[in-house]
Amino acid sequence: MFKSVIRLQSRLGGVITFCKVFPRHELFRNAMKYSTASAERKRFYQDVSISQGEGGLYEVNLDRKKLKTPSGKLFTVPNEALAIAVATEWDAQKDSIRFYTMHLTTLCNTALDNPTQRSKEQMISAALKFLETDTICYRVDEPPGLVELQRNEWDPVLHWIESRYNVTIGSSSSILGPEIPEGTKETFRQHLGSFSLWSLTGLEFVITQLKSLILSLGMLDRHLSVERAVLLSRLEEEYQIRRWGNVEWAHDYDMYELRARTAAGALFVHLSSESSTIKHKLMQD
Amino acid sequence: MAMASLSSPLRVCRGILKELRTIQGPSYKQSLAYNYVIDQFRKNKVTGERYCRAQQEAHHASLTYLCLLTSTRNHLALHNLYHGKGERSPEEVAGLVGLRLPTQPGGKGWEK
Repeated sequence: MFKSVIRLQSRLGGVITFCKVFPRHELFRNAMKYSTASAERKRFYQDVSISQGEGGLYEVNLDRKKLKTPSGKLFTVPNEALAIAVATEWDAQKDSIRFYTMHLTTLCNTALDNPTQRSKEQMISAALKFLETDTICYRVDEPPGLVELQRNEWDPVLHWIESRYNVTIGSSSSILGPEIPEGTKETFRQHLGSFSLWSLTGLEFVITQLKSLILSLGMLDRHLSVERAVLLSRLEEEYQIRRWGNVEWAHDYDMYELRARTAAGALFVHLSSESSTIKHKLMQD
Repeated sequence: MAMASLSSPLRVCRGILKELRTIQGPSYKQSLAYNYVIDQFRKNKVTGERYCRAQQEAHHASLTYLCLLTSTRNHLALHNLYHGKGERSPEEVAGLVGLRLPTQPGGKGWEK
């Protein structure tokens, strides 16, 4: 009898463990889902569906098993749209599960598990620290083509954010970067304080991808589209591509990956902070 | 008839549905995402305001989702095309420079 248990375990994940206590079996199997080093899990489910659980939170079901986060918690999201998007990601997997294409799932897992125990204040401070090395504010002195491109493309965004939030940021071509006044930081600190923990997780992800707080806020405020924000983030690369040519397996690959991650982050922030109601106006005839 | 502009809601909706069809195959019309997307586009279609913030927000969200689906698909395609082949076996590596691995009849000492 024990031999068949071991054989079952090894078929599941290539990890042979002697697991006598069956209630732990479920939890361990779900943790194994994410942690197998070879990252090649076969698709083991037919249907993906969502259901509404307690507290109005939505869950994702793979066949009849409830989806869990890597640390074993139940996977719950606050609204239906996010649940459907995550379910679509799981449904999009063909023979093997490729976690590196499932950005929304990853973001939800991070928000739910918070493995590094970040608090809201820590995340806000980290975001503001990034402002000092914001891509938009770092200008080059030469070549003149790139200088002009940076001025034409980045200055409008800088002006937009300065007037939208009533702050001063400025740009600089010195190695130290611009001097960000305290008032600016305070304004942004207050603005970011209104974000929920989930939204901040998404924001942090987007900032890391775009390497710019200004571009991230521009995109989240719907001033820039994802494609435009990614283009502005990669401005120097685009300049070099136009001069020297495009290398598909590097440039396009990076661009699509950046777009996918940024889009996922933006969608995650929007869906984490939305609440929609429909007011039906009476038709007057 | 005027061509719908690149980011008009109709184009975006069609784009998203096409992506869903690529992902899910012919049964995509029964999927959760399909019904949700169609529902959302219908709900946001009519508004009394000239500049309706909810409509703008929904439009931006739909563009973002279309970007997510397209980029993920393209990224995966490029990955499989250029980075998906894995390592060559020792025999293939030797064959690249015109050599052959030595064979030892009876297997090496540690092999069964």
